[in-house]
Amino acid sequence: MKPRDLLCPSSVGLYCPLGDFHVDPVRPVKRAVITHGHSDHARAGHGSVLATAETLAIMQARLGDGFAASTEALRYGQNVNRSGVEVSLHPAGHILGSAQVKLAANGLTIVVSGDFKRRRDPTCPAFEPIRCEVFVTEATFGIPVFNFPDDREEVAHLVKSVAQFPQRTHLVGAYALGKAQRLIRLLREAGHDETIYVHGAIESMNALYARFSVELGDIAPATVDKSTRRDFAGAIVIAPPSSIDDRWSRRFADPLPAFASGWMRVRARARQRQVELPLVISDHADWNELTQTIRDVGADEIWITHGNEDALLRWCELGGQKARELSLVGYDENEGES
Amino acid sequence: MRAFAQLLDRLAFTPQRNGKLVLLRDYMREQPDPERGWALAALAGELVFDAAKPAFIRKAVEARMDATLFAMSYDYVGDLAETVALVWPAKPGANREPEFAEVVEALRSASRSEVQRLLESWLDALDADGRWALLKLVTGGLRVGVSARLAKQALAEMGAVPVSEIEEVWHSLNPPYDDLFAWLEGRSEKPTAAAPGRFRPVMLAQAIDESDFETLDAADYAAEWKWDGVRVQAVSERGQRRLYSRTGDDIGRAFPDILDFLDFDGVVDGELLVLKEGKVQSFGDLQQRLNRKTADAKLTAKFPAGIRAYDLLLDGEVDLRQLPFRERRARLEAFVARAASPRIDLSPLQPFASWEDLRQLRAHPPHGDPKLAEGLMLKRWDSIYEAGRPKGPWFKWKRDPHLIDAVLMYAQRGHGKRSGYYSDYTFGVWREDANGDRALTPVGKAYFGFTDEELKRIDKFVRDNTVERFGPVRVVRANKDFGLVLEVAFEGLQRSARHKSGVAMRFPRISRLRWDKPAREADELATLERMLDEPR
Repeated sequence: MKPRDLLCPSSVGLYCPLGDFHVDPVRPVKRAVITHGHSDHARAGHGSVLATAETLAIMQARLGDGFAASTEALRYGQNVNRSGVEVSLHPAGHILGSAQVKLAANGLTIVVSGDFKRRRDPTCPAFEPIRCEVFVTEATFGIPVFNFPDDREEVAHLVKSVAQFPQRTHLVGAYALGKAQRLIRLLREAGHDETIYVHGAIESMNALYARFSVELGDIAPATVDKSTRRDFAGAIVIAPPSSIDDRWSRRFADPLPAFASGWMRVRARARQRQVELPLVISDHADWNELTQTIRDVGADEIWITHGNEDALLRWCELGGQKARELSLVGYDENEGES
Repeated sequence: MRAFAQLLDRLAFTPQRNGKLVLLRDYMREQPDPERGWALAALAGELVFDAAKPAFIRKAVEARMDATLFAMSYDYVGDLAETVALVWPAKPGANREPEFAEVVEALRSASRSEVQRLLESWLDALDADGRWALLKLVTGGLRVGVSARLAKQALAEMGAVPVSEIEEVWHSLNPPYDDLFAWLEGRSEKPTAAAPGRFRPVMLAQAIDESDFETLDAADYAAEWKWDGVRVQAVSERGQRRLYSRTGDDIGRAFPDILDFLDFDGVVDGELLVLKEGKVQSFGDLQQRLNRKTADAKLTAKFPAGIRAYDLLLDGEVDLRQLPFRERRARLEAFVARAASPRIDLSPLQPFASWEDLRQLRAHPPHGDPKLAEGLMLKRWDSIYEAGRPKGPWFKWKRDPHLIDAVLMYAQRGHGKRSGYYSDYTFGVWREDANGDRALTPVGKAYFGFTDEELKRIDKFVRDNTVERFGPVRVVRANKDFGLVLEVAFEGLQRSARHKSGVAMRFPRISRLRWDKPAREADELATLERMLDEPR
């Protein structure tokens, strides 16, 4: 069997001809397997959705009860057969519920990484490398400049800045699903026990994480109560990045804009957003993690779905690794939920 | 090195002066000697290295990684030092991370080839932020928005002493400043500032308020023109000749034409100006001489600098600062006459009988140099020379600003308290374009002069009328039939080749919002051109 009989790119995303289902389709399809709950991967309107219980819960919370005609939850490592294709989900370490999709038929194994990272994340299980013939990888940060520092150092910068500027509100931009909760957990691990204030969009995701036993400590909404007139001086407030530039941020005392994202590794990006405290914290694999993962899975062929693929292709070429780009469209590689 | 790298990183992203002060102060409190002393020297511009050229750095990194991957990375980041800092491969088992003091001491003593070898071993041992700081340091490009003045202010806050005391001792100290920190931390006496040729902290004037005149007696004050140049202190003491800015920065190397003529023993307080045959030239001419490290003969001939003297701090060996202004002035007049230097003249006093008299003079300056003055200075006859800005003895009484009506063209978000608001405005006036149509041309940028309430209204206007966005900048709808007219006040106007409109404003600020005024009735560029400061 040729790999393309098991998986091939299509106009709506990756398609498995043998099993007749799509992986993370960008438009409604009959049968979908969803890697994780970010909006560019998990869309409403599919006939059936196969995903982890966590991802299904996230989709329900964000897209509403009728987001799919039917759903099926799969535990990590559990197998299900789709017209002769063995399908299973394995931890991707990206956010709560995120999974790699393993497809096996007639002795051929293809693994779709979805979005992933290799470093520790206190809100989800760690990525498991799986031996396969074809590894389909993302390349959001697929260029050698993206080597992320230790998360703990980045969080230490934030904690120190709060102590240095107690009269200012530290307003941290973080994606509402995943990044915000991970950042809160990292702050707790760094010994920051104060109340953390959050934007409404993050509050609902926090509640969902709590259902899956991710403990976030003392959290309160960042709303202004006219009677108390508190201005959040000295506090950490977490909000989706778009709210930081918005009227919403005006309630805070002399806000100090911070942003937790892998893009903050490049200074010009931080300056463009007028960020005063860039925090290099990403839920994606950096360059070293990408290249290490390619070594770990030992695949005959690497397929690159989306991101900065040129440099990664060059790296594969230098090492004699067969690789090609799929140029899938519809996945945010820049200012989306990275 | 890690603490210094983190400090640089935060300074580079912190736009507010107060924020930078906190970062500097805390760093100097937390770090040991001599680490903090070297850092201070590097930030204050007292240490400049030129240890590595970009070509060397590029070669070193290409020996470690594929040239194509490096080229892709450089193309993506756009800055060589930053790219190299990010892509330099980690070397397992590299040496320990160097201390900043270690790096500085090695750079000061090692030969060029040794430096290159050391540099590579340091890059192997540092993390990305450390590599960035190191590369910026060795290529002489430590641009993080810290002036010597700001560094001295941070020292003053650290030791809870007036900044004038730091300025006074600064020039008799050398990096890494152990004695300075010992004093600021109360571990020793204040270092002695007795070195000849040192800077004496200057006395500054308060802006006068209309209501002040009711309580002031005209007979107690002397008046002179407020020259539109740069305040300097010219020192010639026991063979040491120096020219200082008002904050004690030594700017002598840029003004060899002045140093040559300091043929006296004393310390003169005065205004640095471009003087041709005794006549003051525009501030624009003076700008050709400012912010340069040196000046060649061509430049000094084209823009000859001079000093218009208005005070004398040291006459021979005699310190005059405790004498009243009346006596200092008398000694100054004799001093300038004795020096008989073509580069030093006297700022004349303007006799007046009443405040009303002086008001007339300020409103209608006579032809010649006073036309280019910024206004008047008032000095109490009995005032001693007191460092800092004491309230009462000296006042500045500026001329009324120029006013124009301009149209808001672009807006950018502010920082800190204003970070959620569009508070930085670029405004323009009408001119005829190549087709003979009236079009707006930007003439300046202002970010203060309005109240919080007004800010909210402009912000809403900007958000509701954005036609395009470029990064953080919004293009605001502005045409003949629509637009927000801003009344802009400014102090002076000069020709400028760097601005599209050909003019540059000094101290522009918003004086009024003209919601009532149609955009088409805003001013023309020709109106502005008539306001240009020209030497007469």
